[in-house]
Parts: sequence; structure tokens; C-alpha cells
Amino acid sequence: MRLGLVIDLDVCVGCHACAVACKEWNASGTTGPLSDYQPYGAEPSGVWFNRIRHYEVGEYPDSKTVNFPMSCMHCEDADCVTVCPTGASYKRTGDGIVLVDQNRCMGCNYCAWACPYGARELDRSSGTMKKCTLCVDRIYDQALPVEERQPACVLTCPAHARMFGDLDDPQSAVSMAVRERGGYQLLPELGYNPTNHYLPPRKHKPIPTGEVVYGAWAKVKKLVNRVVKR
Amino acid sequence: MHPAFSVIFFTVASGTGFGLFVLLYMADLFRLGGGLPAHASALTGLLAVALVGGGLLSSTFHLANPKNAWRAFTRWRTSWLAREGVFAVAFFPFALAYIALAWFDAARDVRLMLGFFACVLAWATLFSTGMIYACLKTIRQWNTPLVPAAYLVLGHFSGAMLLLVVTLAVGASSTAYESLVMALLLAAAVLKATYYFWVGRPYGSTINTATGFTRARVRLLDTGHTHDTFLTREFGFRVGSAQRFWLKAAFFLFAVAVPAAMLTQGQALSLGAGLGAAVSAILGMGVERWLFFAEARHVVNLFHGAQRT
Ligand code: SF4
Ligand code: SF4
Repeated sequence: MRLGLVIDLDVCVGCHACAVACKEWNASGTTGPLSDYQPYGAEPSGVWFNRIRHYEVGEYPDSKTVNFPMSCMHCEDADCVTVCPTGASYKRTGDGIVLVDQNRCMGCNYCAWACPYGARELDRSSGTMKKCTLCVDRIYDQALPVEERQPACVLTCPAHARMFGDLDDPQSAVSMAVRERGGYQLLPELGYNPTNHYLPPRKHKPIPTGEVVYGAWAKVKKLVNRVVKR
Repeated sequence: MHPAFSVIFFTVASGTGFGLFVLLYMADLFRLGGGLPAHASALTGLLAVALVGGGLLSSTFHLANPKNAWRAFTRWRTSWLAREGVFAVAFFPFALAYIALAWFDAARDVRLMLGFFACVLAWATLFSTGMIYACLKTIRQWNTPLVPAAYLVLGHFSGAMLLLVVTLAVGASSTAYESLVMALLLAAAVLKATYYFWVGRPYGSTINTATGFTRARVRLLDTGHTHDTFLTREFGFRVGSAQRFWLKAAFFLFAVAVPAAMLTQGQALSLGAGLGAAVSAILGMGVERWLFFAEARHVVNLFHGAQRT
């Protein structure tokens, strides 16, 4: 099994609900709390497993805003694990989830240096490294109804931009979406082979934003408007 | 990368300590300049060990959870950081045994054997320190074989400077030691010049490969956070190109030009001049190490809007 996320950049509206749901669930989860520093102060900051950035692709007028949620990619060749001197960072053999054992971490930051995706953040209050757990404490929870055994971010996304599943299984919904939509990995040249994939925005006909061309009826209306001078 | 003082002090101090020990051993092995007096040699060895120990200790100051530091020796099969720790700790018993025998000028064969093992461990540690940085694919300025090479050569160079000061202090013949310093100084200068040339030209990942949009210009609109984050604090550090230029100039001035001028000024080197050269070299090394961190640009900066690293 190779569990991970597939994120649809075509439909993500950039609402940050996934990040909030993640924080809400994980603050009391296995790696919680996710400390906040000055949450109501002048310089609010804190630990998040999921961060959403916003980009403009292309030049105006042929440009598009792309909202870009990022969390741990649960890489196949995860250097964050190999560089860890204490053995606190590990990758589960069964499902490929990358986790940090909070009881072993010495807070050296080395794994965060080795992660290209900015997925790891040190919690100053515990002095340990924290990162996305793929909600390991809910996806296997037999007490939950089957459809709720998914990461909090996936469940909450109002645009259904996030999918969770086994990317090793070619018949899974996530694998099929990656195949059909040309899903891709970030920074492939670094060789981490991230599990999470991104679906690119669909190609749409460009919406004209330049000089508006009037049809015959519109021209008549314009003329009438000019004559009547409201 | 944020240049943390504890790590800069650690790498410079322990590098100097290991270099000093190795060259002290070489001087003993080849009886360089007739060899150093036994007590001077042992005390220099102790200075080397103290530098290494002090450096290692300071490296634990940047840990956020030092109570688990002992676990850092466990993953030596995969982690260069763990290897560095294992080699560094293994160095101490051999080095201390060597120093004890050097003090009594006893059992030369056993002493040289122990010293040899300590040297191999010193080299292994210096190499591991370099590899801690060089193995990171996320930072192109570090991901080059020039990095461990520079750690080895600069450590030996600053060690040689200290050894020269010792020979001047005890009044031993210093000609051989001066040549040693000059040779290492040249190697260090050439290596760092090559490195600066190499990392000065952009290559590698861009904001396009980071986001996957490789056929259009990509521009950051919003980072999504209101204030700083762990990522911006740890990786967001920037140093301007003018400042970079002057810091490189300072390295070549303090670590290369000043010691070279003092060693080649024509008259016999006085203790004061030797000490001045050593202080200048180590100061230059501090600048070099600060820049080594400050200049390194982690790929995560691409997601925060940098067009390239
Ligand atoms: S995204 Fe970063 S933290 Fe997650 S597995 Fe990959 S390298 Fe490790
Ligand atoms: S911060 Fe913790 S998990 Fe990361 S490398 Fe250091 S010990 Fe390992």
C-alpha cells in the first residue's frame, strides 16, 4: 500500500479549510498539540501541517490564479527519514506513511533541511519535529463509519479538491484520477518520488478580457442610449 | 539558511581541533623540524581535544530537545549526522591515549599506532561533518563534493596555523611548519575559489519545477501566512549579493592574504606575527562558515516566491 493524497488544482478555491480542519484534528491527535505563538498578538505564528499558497501562472491577460495546498508528500525515497540520526523519523512499511516518534526526536531540524516541500515544522514548546500524519489516528479507526475513515483535510474540503487513497493500486480512484488528468509530482528532479500527486488545471477557452466586441442588437441599444441620454 | 552561531562555532572549533591533532601526529611521525618537545606536544594534543570537545558540546546547544541527544548515535547506518557523532566520540579514547604516551615520550610504536587510529577517526569525522551538508539534495550550494573537501582542507589549514604558533612558542625550528601552512593555505584558497565560482552560477530547481507549471511564468501572489513561520525563520535568510562579495573578499583577506603575507615577509617569523596570522586565519574561517550557511538557499524558498535558488 502507498497511501497518499491527490490534490486537484483545477477546483481548489484556496479557502484554507483543509489547513484549519487539519489543525483542529491534529491539535488533539497523536502528535498534538500544534503550538501557536501569539495567536491573538501582533505577530501570530504557529505549527501547521498543511499550508496553502497562491500563485499566478502566465502573464495577464492570459494568466490564472492557482491555489496550492501542500503537506507532507509521504515520499517513497524520503531523505527526511534517512538523515534522521535518532531514528525518530520513520516510514511505515505497510502503508508508506512517514511519521515522527515524538519520544525519540531531539529537535535537531536536520530532517526539515532534507525535506524539499517544507512539510516539517519544529514545535518550540515540545522541542520536537511535527508533520502531517495522514491522520493515521482516524483512517484506520474502526469506530468511525467507513466513509469517514479519511484524513480531516479530505473530509472537509468544500470543493472536493482533495482525494485520499492507495496510489499503489492502479484501480483506485486516486490512481485513475492521476492517470486520466495527467497528475504530476512536485520537484521530480530531486528524486524523492513523492506519493502525493497534483492534478493540473483543466484547459479552458480563454475568457476575453480585451476590447468587447458588440453584436448588432447591442450596437442598436448603444445608439439608442446615446440618443436618449439618460 | 539561518546561520546559527553554535553550529558555526562548532564546525570551526572542531575542524581546527581535528586538523591540529592530525598534523601534530604527522609532526611526531616524521619528526618534523626535529620534533616537538614531549610536554609541548602533549599539551598541544590536549588543546586539540579541547577544541573538538568544546565544538561538539556547542553543537548540542541548537537542539530543541537535548534530552534525546544520546539517541543521535543510533542511526549511523543511514545518517551522516549519526556517523559524525560516532566517529567523534570514538576519536577521544585513541587521542587521549596517544597524548598520555606523548607526555611521557613513551612506547613510540604503540603511540604511533594509537595516533594513527585517532587520525583516521579525525578524518572520518571531518568528512562526515562535510557530508551532513553535502548529502542534502534540497540545497544546491551544499550538494557538492567540494563541501566535504573544504571541511577537510580548512580544518587542516587552521590546525596547521595553531601548530605553527606552538612551534614558535617553544622555540622549535619552524621552517617545516611554515611550508606546511603555506601548502594548506594554497589548497584552501584554490578550493574555496572553485567553490565560490561553482555556486555562483544558477542551476537546478526553479519555481516552475516546484509548482509543475513549466510552460509559463509563475509568480507568488500570497504565501498564505500572516506572519513568519518555522520555514521562513529557518530557510528564509537572505544575504545580498554586495554583502556576499565583501564577505568573500574578507575571507580571502583574513584567511589567505594576511597569513601568506606574514609568512613570506622575508624575516624569521616572530611569535607575535605567527599568533596574529593564526587569529586572522581563524577569523577568516568564521566569515567563511557564516557565509556557507547564509548563502545556502533551500528549495522551499521556491514555494515562497523565489524564482530560483
Ligand atoms: S514531504 Fe518532506 S517530510 Fe514528507 S516524506 Fe517527503 S521529504 Fe519527508
Ligand atoms: S529533528 Fe527529530 S526527527 Fe528530525 S532529524 Fe532531528 S531527531 Fe530526527
